[in-house]
Amino acid sequence: MEFRYEVEGGNFSRAGHASSAVKKILKQLNVDNRIIKRIVVALYEGEVNVVAHAHKGSILVDIDEQRIEIKIEDEGPGIPDIDLAMQAGYSTASAAVREMGFGAGMGLPNIKKNTDELKIASEVGKGTTLEMITYLQ
Amino acid sequence: MKVRDMVQKLGLKVFSGESGLENEIAGGYVSDLLSDVMGNADENFVWMTLQTHKNIMAVASLKELAAIIIVKGLEPDGDTIAHSNEEKVPLLGTDMETFEIAGKLYGLLNN
Repeated sequence: MEFRYEVEGGNFSRAGHASSAVKKILKQLNVDNRIIKRIVVALYEGEVNVVAHAHKGSILVDIDEQRIEIKIEDEGPGIPDIDLAMQAGYSTASAAVREMGFGAGMGLPNIKKNTDELKIASEVGKGTTLEMITYLQ
Repeated sequence: MKVRDMVQKLGLKVFSGESGLENEIAGGYVSDLLSDVMGNADENFVWMTLQTHKNIMAVASLKELAAIIIVKGLEPDGDTIAHSNEEKVPLLGTDMETFEIAGKLYGLLNN
């Protein structure tokens, strides 16, 4: 099964929309609740990253019996130093975004912690692609 | 303990999400950082925060929290209230500061 969601950069009122839709699908598929929780945390963080940093992005979700694969592609500033971005507490978020309680430098570490496989590719000035795989068994 | 009992015992204001007042409370979490709550709060926890914007409801719904308490007499945004009703997660308020309300809730849950 494949699903696709669009994410608008800067529009916080829609943040979490895709996560909520994917959560409902996984519940309908009777996926273990503990696994759903991990996927939802990772996807929400990925969604918020696009809203907070990029111009726009899309989320592609591919589910089969064994695993869920989520690809988040954005058009945005890209990440110059991925290792640095993975460090807890490091953030480039704006003051306005931080005031809302986002941009604490916990997003990517939360994603890493809650996925089984994570690949990040980024090109400065173009965008970032996250591929996360979580096994459902 | 149910959210309804906590509301009554701590004299909390109910802004919205009345249909979730029967939610069971398993614990509490204090944070104003949304990723911290996403990463660390558990199902059926009560979240105490000074954030009032709509995204707190997205977090509460995704994490299946029991309720949110907004501290220091702050008022939630209009779309936060609407989202709370849709998601059936009670949005509550108190004039107390976070330290005080967290202490009272801790006492209540550990009695």
